Amino acid sequence: MNNLQQHNDTMARVQQGLNQRYRNEKRFRRVGLSAIMSGLIFVSFLFITIFANGYTAFQQTYLKLDVVFDPALIAPLGMTDPDILSAANYGGLVKAAMREMFPSVTSRREKKTLYKLVSTGAVYQLREMVMLDPALIGTKKSVWLVADDDVDMLIKEHIDLNAVESDRRIKNNQLEWIRLLQKNGRVEKRFNSTFFTAGDSREPELSGIKGAVYGSFFTLLICLAIAFPVGVAAAVYLEEFASKNRWTDLIEVNINNLAAVPSIVFGLLGLAVFINFFGLPRSVPLVGGLVLALMTLPTIIIASRAALKSVPPSIREAALGVGASPMQTVTHHVLPLAMPGMLTGTIIGMAQALGETAPLLMIGMVAFIVDIPGGPFDPSAVLPVQVYLWADSPERAFVERTSAAIMVLLAFLISMNLLAVWLRKKFERRW
Amino acid sequence: MQFSTLILVLLCFMVLAYYLGRRRSLNLVSGRVRDLHSLPSYYGMQTALWCGIPALLLFVIWVSFEGAVMTGLVVEGLPSEIQNLPVERLNLVLNDIRNLAQGNIVSRTVDETMQKASDHYASLKKISHTALFVATLALATMGGLWARQSITHDQRARNRVEKAINFFLVSSSSLAVFTTIGIVLSVLFEAIRFFQQIPITAFIFGLEWSPQTAIRADQVGSSGVFGAIPLFAGTFLITLIAMVVAVPIGLMSAIYMAEYASKKFRDLAKPILEVLAGIPTVVYGFFAALTVAPFFRDMGASLGLSVSSESALAAGVVMGIMIIPFVSSLSDDVINAVPQSMRDGSYGLGATRSETIRQVIMPAALPGIVGGVLLAVSRAIGETMIVVMAAGLSANLTANPLEAVTTVTVQIVTLLVGDQEFDSAKTLAAFALALVLFVITLALNMIALYIVRKYREQYE
Repeated sequence: MNNLQQHNDTMARVQQGLNQRYRNEKRFRRVGLSAIMSGLIFVSFLFITIFANGYTAFQQTYLKLDVVFDPALIAPLGMTDPDILSAANYGGLVKAAMREMFPSVTSRREKKTLYKLVSTGAVYQLREMVMLDPALIGTKKSVWLVADDDVDMLIKEHIDLNAVESDRRIKNNQLEWIRLLQKNGRVEKRFNSTFFTAGDSREPELSGIKGAVYGSFFTLLICLAIAFPVGVAAAVYLEEFASKNRWTDLIEVNINNLAAVPSIVFGLLGLAVFINFFGLPRSVPLVGGLVLALMTLPTIIIASRAALKSVPPSIREAALGVGASPMQTVTHHVLPLAMPGMLTGTIIGMAQALGETAPLLMIGMVAFIVDIPGGPFDPSAVLPVQVYLWADSPERAFVERTSAAIMVLLAFLISMNLLAVWLRKKFERRW
Repeated sequence: MQFSTLILVLLCFMVLAYYLGRRRSLNLVSGRVRDLHSLPSYYGMQTALWCGIPALLLFVIWVSFEGAVMTGLVVEGLPSEIQNLPVERLNLVLNDIRNLAQGNIVSRTVDETMQKASDHYASLKKISHTALFVATLALATMGGLWARQSITHDQRARNRVEKAINFFLVSSSSLAVFTTIGIVLSVLFEAIRFFQQIPITAFIFGLEWSPQTAIRADQVGSSGVFGAIPLFAGTFLITLIAMVVAVPIGLMSAIYMAEYASKKFRDLAKPILEVLAGIPTVVYGFFAALTVAPFFRDMGASLGLSVSSESALAAGVVMGIMIIPFVSSLSDDVINAVPQSMRDGSYGLGATRSETIRQVIMPAALPGIVGGVLLAVSRAIGETMIVVMAAGLSANLTANPLEAVTTVTVQIVTLLVGDQEFDSAKTLAAFALALVLFVITLALNMIALYIVRKYREQYE
């Protein structure tokens, strides 16, 4: 009787709290879900912002001008040897074409603003045309010339026309001219091939990522050439040969700690050792690759050791049993089986190296470099540093180019990661 | 580019040496492999190693001393009044001579002595390169031929080759130790030079940071004060904001993933969250500077608050987003490591899932989670690009997250990027800051690893 009483009491108390507890449970679950959702929202928001800012950079505004290849300006006295042609005054041709199109513009100041509609790169465009085909001299031809970045921004509707004229990069008279050109069908947006074929430039409309992509490629090449063999060798030694002693303990502690050293400290190491001590040149992919190799080494070693660990001991025992030496066991049997795992780790390490910026700032890879590097000894930028440099530039047109460069960088990173996933899926073996 | 040709030729020589050595070993026993001590390929490899390694060593030594020797020779050929210039001036002259020899732009007018010196330099360089080419290839040929000649049928070629490989393995794994030593030495020496100029107490306890030193004596406003407290405070503030964002979100997502989510949801959401970890930090920096900072500024303006456009808040929040996957994957591992029996025991007593998580799993997983959070803190402290692009440059000693602060890493970057005298207090300060950064992250990391390891042992 007394027992039952007590039992009922307990049940009543449990029942009382139960609803509250279920509510708590639901709330807790919702909090967890919303945490994940907020993470997912951050990812999508980041990608959407980058994409929305960047996709316009793949197009560039061109203006159609009727250029008269006036022999008096580019080939005086009919001289057409390449030296004279390459040094000729093509700017004059552009200016003449502009003047002809807008005969009403007469004052010096207005003319100056008129000329500004066309990019300074138009000159090189014309020079290239004439150098390719000297027969053009003396003829008149409609040519699509690169527009200035301000015009480009106007056409892409990035310029707020409601702002006060003095605050705008495009003045009212320029606006009028552009509208007139648009009406005559002389303004067009085309695929921006410059972005993929040019190096860096101070003019947004002439800048491209080719130099940075090449620089990244050479840097990664050096990084891979050093980090992969050394990382695999270190992992093989630690996993297969090392006896347990103080030295190997020290190595293990070091590897774990190096994995957490801030990347900028590796940059300082590169600055002090490779540049100041060994006297290697600044800003070159060679030094960048060396620094990144040291930085990615722990990642590769840790991944390679995991891959070696997953090879079952029976393989080793069988090889040793038929008379292979320990080295032969490793090189002929264990390594090939662990290779997919090692490659996966290496690709992930390389993806890390590709996105790394801070250590490269320390070794001077932030220099403004226009030329496309031809090898690991030429000064160059890399993709993430290019992003950093452009993000610092004040021109509005660089914002979209920065975002576009980020899109290219992310595309490389995602494909590398997909490759790693594919490798893992394809060669994954359960023993 | 000449060097890479040399290396390529050397590689070809090594391949050739391999085949020569292999053929010789087979010829010695007229094709009966059983009579050889090792497999023929080992004799080939041995010959290739003898061909390549001495030549490579010579190449490396030559290249590393070439510059110093040539500079010495050129200096000797200069007139004595130039030789007696102070070291820095002499270096400038030498740079000009080098540039002239390479056909680059020179900083001064070229006179006769300069022209002569540069011709001298160019001819020396040519001689040196030719000599290097000849010497390396001669050594390679000699080494290869000698090794081929010395092959006998009972030579222990396999053991020797394996010894060489073993040496490579050991030195590769020791590289990690040398890297650490390299970091410590390179940072420490410069930091000591800095502390000779600025007392260490002034650096660690000083409340004002203004690294601009006067270039001219009469310059105003460039005192060169190196009190690092504002930098530490700024770093701490931004790290704190990042943790406030990252720890709850990361931890809760880990809990949801480990305890609630269906396998399908997990397989979908986990890789997407991990994308956040793979995005380069420079992208986060751009995102913070372009989108998040103006957003906070406008929001503050509409609330009547003045938010700096380089506020600590923007940098901290974006850094927090970056760290979410780091916290969540570490916590996920730890939560999954808690034995199922503890959950079952708790459910058996009638606890709900959330009660089990809060009262059983969390206490059990806490040390591991603390370790993970410490690792995340060390990462946030060392993070560079986000703060370089989104945080300020001026050192404010403030706890207000709406103001601009600067961090240790930002200062390292601003002090070292650009042309500077390498031994001014300003550049050396960067190394002192790096030393502090290295020591703090190392300590955090050690503690975290210790906690995590200790915790793991508990359940194994």
